[in-house]
Amino acid sequence: MTTVQERPGNPSATAADRPIGFGRIQRKEDPRFVRGKGRYVDDLVLPGMLHGAMLRSPLAHARLVSIDTTEALAHPKVLAVITGKDLEGLNLAWAPTLSADVMAVLVTDKVRFQGQEVAFVVAEDRYAARDALELIDVEYEELPPVIDARRALDPGTAVIRDDIEGRTDNHIFDWEAGDAAETDAVFARADVVVSQEVVYPRVHPAPMETCGAVADYDAVDGKLTLYETTQAPHAHRTLYAMVAGIPEHKIRVVSPDIGGGFGNKVGIYPGYICAVVGSIVTGRPVKWVEDRSENLMSTSFARDYIMRGEVAATREGKILAVRTKVLADHGAFNATAQPTKYPAGFFSIFTGSYDLQAAHCSVTGVYTNKAPGGVAYACSFRVTEAVYLVERMVDVLAAELHMDPVELRLKNFIRPEQFPYPNKTGWEYDSGNYEPTMRLAMEMAGYDDLRREQTEKRARGELMGIGVSFFTETVGAGPRKHMDIVGLGMADGAEVRVHPTGKAVVRLSVQTQGQGHETTFAQILAEELGIPPEDIDVVHGDTDQTPFGLGTYGSRSTPVSGGAVALAARKVREKARAIAAAMLETRPEDLEWEKGRWFVKGDPSVGKTIAEIALGAHGTVALPEGIDGNLDAEVTYDPPNLTFPFGAYICVVDIDPGTGKVTVRRFIAVDDCGTRINPMIIEGQVHGGLTDGVGMALMEFIGFDEQGNNLGGSFMDYLIPTAMEVPDWETGHTVTPSPHHPIGAKGIGESATVGSPPAVVNAVVDALSPFGVRHMDMPCTPARVWEAMQGRATPPI
Amino acid sequence: MQVTTTVNGTEVTADVEPRELLVHYLRDTLGLTGTHWGCDTSNCGICVVLLDGVPAKSCTVLAAMTEGHEVRTVEGLADGATLDPVQQGFMEEHGLQCGFCTPGMMLTARALLDRNPHPDEHEIREAISGQICRCTGYATIVRAIQWAAAHPAGNGATGATTSAEATA
Repeated sequence: MTTVQERPGNPSATAADRPIGFGRIQRKEDPRFVRGKGRYVDDLVLPGMLHGAMLRSPLAHARLVSIDTTEALAHPKVLAVITGKDLEGLNLAWAPTLSADVMAVLVTDKVRFQGQEVAFVVAEDRYAARDALELIDVEYEELPPVIDARRALDPGTAVIRDDIEGRTDNHIFDWEAGDAAETDAVFARADVVVSQEVVYPRVHPAPMETCGAVADYDAVDGKLTLYETTQAPHAHRTLYAMVAGIPEHKIRVVSPDIGGGFGNKVGIYPGYICAVVGSIVTGRPVKWVEDRSENLMSTSFARDYIMRGEVAATREGKILAVRTKVLADHGAFNATAQPTKYPAGFFSIFTGSYDLQAAHCSVTGVYTNKAPGGVAYACSFRVTEAVYLVERMVDVLAAELHMDPVELRLKNFIRPEQFPYPNKTGWEYDSGNYEPTMRLAMEMAGYDDLRREQTEKRARGELMGIGVSFFTETVGAGPRKHMDIVGLGMADGAEVRVHPTGKAVVRLSVQTQGQGHETTFAQILAEELGIPPEDIDVVHGDTDQTPFGLGTYGSRSTPVSGGAVALAARKVREKARAIAAAMLETRPEDLEWEKGRWFVKGDPSVGKTIAEIALGAHGTVALPEGIDGNLDAEVTYDPPNLTFPFGAYICVVDIDPGTGKVTVRRFIAVDDCGTRINPMIIEGQVHGGLTDGVGMALMEFIGFDEQGNNLGGSFMDYLIPTAMEVPDWETGHTVTPSPHHPIGAKGIGESATVGSPPAVVNAVVDALSPFGVRHMDMPCTPARVWEAMQGRATPPI
Repeated sequence: MQVTTTVNGTEVTADVEPRELLVHYLRDTLGLTGTHWGCDTSNCGICVVLLDGVPAKSCTVLAAMTEGHEVRTVEGLADGATLDPVQQGFMEEHGLQCGFCTPGMMLTARALLDRNPHPDEHEIREAISGQICRCTGYATIVRAIQWAAAHPAGNGATGATTSAEATA
């Protein structure tokens, strides 16, 4: 068993007995949040600030005939109305996406999804800006919308992207991984093959704070300061420089406190660009904050994968191979935020946690008349879809073989001695020890007792289900030689400065949206240098103050920036050694490190603390050759490989046979994210992800009608779990450090979002197995569960 | 039109548009940005304040309707530098992550504990069921409110890392 004893949780500990380094400490950011003193974008008020509002298309597919802004411009509080034509004049009507496509900033030719941006009003206050939207007269000529991705490539279907020269269909890309011939050969000789279409419907990250920006262009010095809800401030700055022609040193992107991101705040949205144009045009700061419907209807959605999964196995339950064909609905513009060479993200991790002989996947991306986006909602670049597919398919196989789903998984796990494990689609899993994690989850759940209870209940006609999933993620992108976004390598920077009095500041290229970076990164530095976390300031989210890097998404922060902080701290430590040696009039190699102090080997009473060394460095100590007078260091960390967190989840559900309502009674989650920095924050990340998973499995869903009307465009229709729909989470952990990471940490931000949906759906299907149900697609709403109980196909989603 | 409201114990009179929502009045006119906004349909409860001691979604109340009433926001929870036990509980039990829903959650918790000092888990979940948190999964919010119930006088700490922060 790889569990380790953690420092006891003592949230009320005083500074004297709090751990210096890893362990449970309260968050450094909390004092401002509990006082209502967070600093979110919409809290900003700049002198002379104006307000923007966006006019959006009510139609999914229509040619723009005309826009008349005369009345709106006549409104006494309106200063500007910007249309696509105006932007064309500035060469800003179209902007590059994060996937080598372009997207319309404001429509010039035709609208391609309901909610698309048509015109931008700048007014004295937010109410006036909204009023003026009503005064803009737009004439459209309706076109047939392409809504069903399965029909998007049919001959004769309307071509959505006729803006692209020579485009005659709605095809975006074909991509594959693994060896098709080898996989087909294994399938041909397998005893058992199961096949199932599995749909991961379109959902939305829906952070509680919607997206927004305040643009402040100073015409005198030509500098743009852009306060934005962004998870990737540096990447945004570079893209703005490339697109808008403002030199990069004249752009400052500030991402203040962010009210949740989950991938929704990675991309650049038309509203941000329009706020910038509004500020340039009016000469005053412009604030734009979208409303909830705008957020749900136009910003980056998630998933929308139609997957045909197949598994080949022996009669005894040895899984031999997996293969899948996927149809990916990317909406009207290919705007997924993912490494450029991976148009389907890291979906090829769909081989899961199993030792296979062969695997092959192919993904076809298509355009539809829906909002663009595609990688968001804590998905680890499509790992969510991959894990859902393989974990659903393993249960389909278990049903076919009449095997217990845990037994089937245990039989097929990659064994600990096989790591680092090269899978059949090109990944090298860094470390893993799966069986103890699975066993711990079973022990916590009382798995055998649950199965007995289920048998008794079934005899009485009660519907109880037990769902299992075991996931392996691939997170922490780069390395930069393989991974870039629009040519920017996926590395991240950290800069450490120890002040003369021994306090420190660490500056990060990544940006928190609630994950607690101000605490976690202070703890990493504390662990390395022995400076208490409360003596360390963490600066992030301001491109003028922090080193370059690609930002926070795909569970990157701890694996990438965590590595940067640790290595920068070690540079500081080595520098401190040289200075300490000078101060002690000895040789560096004669010194030994203990947390926070260099001392003379064999004479621990003679030494210098990091604070004493810092003062020496900045003071009058005669510095050794080649050592300058500070205790600072900067590192850009290029990870040698990704990290592969894993976990075992068990979900227990009860279904009301009269209504089909699913209740999640228990949820047991055992996670292994390698080295654990702050167990309290880790548990919080897991809890949140589990709630996302229950939401997607049971209620969250963005649907469309045949006209392309968004049916999930408000919180009245897009349902998110409240405290009443989720249980008290039961969490546990094992620790299998990453061998290639400076501190062995793997990342935890998305594990639970990835791992929990299959556990919930597997539990629902398990509960419905007396009805012959082997699969049902999410969301498992009461109506759809009830239909499944009647032996009818679930209504379309 | 003019409206006179008691906000966090102080009587305030200001000009408002008749259609102005309380959430915008608090944020834009009074500068009390601790009250956040999250949806257009009164579903998310991000904007909850206490109206005469009762949780109310301030996106669904016109500023004009608060004439003669008492509004309490997150800025009125602490007693000077001393935090309300609910605020301490949220820090102790990791009841917040991004902090966006936190003010509304804490105000509902305060109202719950004022009328029921010893709520059980179900009562706590029911009390916050009109509010969405996208980060925490609610279990730690429940624990935070339980902590506050168990420590009605708080723990004596200000919860601030520095005295300067406490008075900021």
